[in-house]
Amino acid sequence: MRFDKTEISLAAVAIACVLFGFVSPGWLIFLMTIAFAKALVVQGVVMQMRSGLVSFGQGLFYCIGGYTVGMGGQFFGIHDAIAALALGVLVAIVVAMILGLLLTRYRDIFFAMLSLAFSMILFGILVKSQSLGSTDGFNVHNWTVFGWAPEVGAGSQQTVFTMTVLSGLVIAVLIHRYTKAGIGVICEAIRENEVRVEYLGLSPRWVLYGNYVAAASVSALGGGLTALATGHVDPEMAYWTTSGEFIFIALLGGLGHVAAPFIAAIVFSVVRTYAIEFVPHTWQMILGFTLLGVIVFLPKGLWSLVSREKSGERA
Amino acid sequence: MKNNKSNFSKYLVSGVAALALSAGLASGASAAENGKFRVGIVTFLSGPAAGPFGVPSANAAKVLVEALNKGDVPAPYNKMGINGLEIEAVIIDEAGGATKQVEEYRNLVQRQKVDAVIGYVSSGDCLAIAPVAEELKTFTIAYDCGTPRLFADNADAQYMFRTGLDASVDNIGAARYLAATRPDVTRLSGIQQNYSWGQDSWADFTAAAAKLLPDAEIVEEQFPKIYQGQYGAEISALSVKRPEILHSSFWGGDMEALVLQANARGLLEDATGLLTCGEASFANYKDQAPNGMIIGARGPFGAFAPNNELNTWFKGVYNAAYDLDPVYPATKMVQAILGLKFAAENAGVADKEIPTAEQLASGIKGATFESVSGTVEMARANGHQAMQGITYGQYHYEDGKASIVNAVSFDGECVTPPEGVDAATWISEGFPGATCN
Repeated sequence: MRFDKTEISLAAVAIACVLFGFVSPGWLIFLMTIAFAKALVVQGVVMQMRSGLVSFGQGLFYCIGGYTVGMGGQFFGIHDAIAALALGVLVAIVVAMILGLLLTRYRDIFFAMLSLAFSMILFGILVKSQSLGSTDGFNVHNWTVFGWAPEVGAGSQQTVFTMTVLSGLVIAVLIHRYTKAGIGVICEAIRENEVRVEYLGLSPRWVLYGNYVAAASVSALGGGLTALATGHVDPEMAYWTTSGEFIFIALLGGLGHVAAPFIAAIVFSVVRTYAIEFVPHTWQMILGFTLLGVIVFLPKGLWSLVSREKSGERA
Repeated sequence: MKNNKSNFSKYLVSGVAALALSAGLASGASAAENGKFRVGIVTFLSGPAAGPFGVPSANAAKVLVEALNKGDVPAPYNKMGINGLEIEAVIIDEAGGATKQVEEYRNLVQRQKVDAVIGYVSSGDCLAIAPVAEELKTFTIAYDCGTPRLFADNADAQYMFRTGLDASVDNIGAARYLAATRPDVTRLSGIQQNYSWGQDSWADFTAAAAKLLPDAEIVEEQFPKIYQGQYGAEISALSVKRPEILHSSFWGGDMEALVLQANARGLLEDATGLLTCGEASFANYKDQAPNGMIIGARGPFGAFAPNNELNTWFKGVYNAAYDLDPVYPATKMVQAILGLKFAAENAGVADKEIPTAEQLASGIKGATFESVSGTVEMARANGHQAMQGITYGQYHYEDGKASIVNAVSFDGECVTPPEGVDAATWISEGFPGATCN
């Protein structure tokens, strides 16, 4: 197997991140963990944006991933983090395979609203489930990795961070290959002209279906990692504002490159945490102006700062 | 030309981003150890809970911290600041959900290096923060959240304390108030927001009412979604069942909307409203709430706080600063800050020394301290949970002035389950060991 330049640099950055984790303060590790985990969910949003579909309900799979990890530990005795994460991804794939049958028949705003509706249905069900703590949710703790229990505190934080970075790397490489491969290019072609793709003898619907299921599994992994890092899950994960946050990050980063969502998620978290610190009463406004600034000055997202010559060539 | 311009804007954006990043990292590093006692204060500054709860709490914290720093507070809190150190309050917004609050809690402790954290209105946030407080070994006081699961789920908590009461107390107290003042009621009904708070409140109230008012039946219950604002259908459904009592754990805008709409439709004339959080909007009802409506303040807070020297002083300064009387979230915030001050000064450290989290915890664990709401005993959950009485009373509005009549107080021992017994079991066994005045 040969690795191209992007993959090698992704791996280098990932290794640097893991090493950086050993020297940086706890709050920064936590911030990066959550940012990378959310970036995985954003990767799911971006995968669908490439094919012209905007999912307003990616929180559905984020929440499924989180709750499966939480419930696995709480009710089914699955304390191994890797097994719980895998189970979360599996559940998300099954759900996506069912919902995808319906959702891939719709485009544009109809797809967006329907995806939103399904995530709000899950939110509603969880709010009504008093045994799952309703809106208060429940804690996720006492997990292990292959039978090894990291010490509470810095040890477990480090472990989740490393797991998040490594799964981020694997997913990033896979998505990078996927977008470069024929199927990924077809996704862009569907966005540009679906009818022509049909004339080529391909079924856009089944391409979108596969894309939807793949996006769901990536998002569920992000949700599971968030649950492990935070130590708590609640139905807010499926609420529409959470899904909106993922779209915000996707727009911030742009569709230009597989690394863009990771960078955007870190920028988003850093801007938000300092906005909360310095202007506690108007931090939302700072976030709003940031997005406005990016849309006005960098319509292709933060990534266009990196790739301005290349994008010129392509156009 | 165009190229230059867009290049410039790109450099501008990236420059600003880099500057913000480095400035932030630098400020985090330099903030610690400035010789002040830093307290993180977390409450809602935006969203629907900001108006009724967050803003009064933050305002109360500001006036109290200012007065403490000047040494203006009456005895036993007349020592300057906390243990002689100036207090620096870092106020942050609780909006945004539990994941974000865990992140911000870690930022407060690890980046802003606060010595203690006071906060949290939302039960979900409290539950998410409790394990993190233990992990980071940071002295933390939950000032308002009501979930009984806080210490049930974290039984071996060392650093987490709560100076407010849990929600079971509200609803046991509400049932006791009915048993004391309206023992002949037979038709009860309820309307609750459909989320943990409403569901738990209704479960506790119905269980307590079944024991204390054995002849009463539940004729109707409604669970509209939170922040719905329009209750036409629910009011119709309730009205046709002719209830005598309408129990509700609504709060904030929802509660005011319900009172307004139910009163206009005549429901609150036929049935007496019983609002467990009713006091938080005490100043807003004016003539739109019927006289005789029963309201609570989740303990001896706000308008139900006693006229002791501390409370008289606090009402004075709060009124002078904001031209309003403090509502219960404000009183509870003051209670938590006084609890922290008591913990620090009772920790046995030298003057002007910042106690460690362990010393703070040992200073308040199981202790009894004076507060704006009277005497607070940290008598439950291994000395981590406050026990106090609760007062309910009836709203009365006459000649442009709102007041409370027929107030009845119940002792802490009368409405709080004994140590180690959960509320549901205690209620179902008929309140064994309760001592009521």
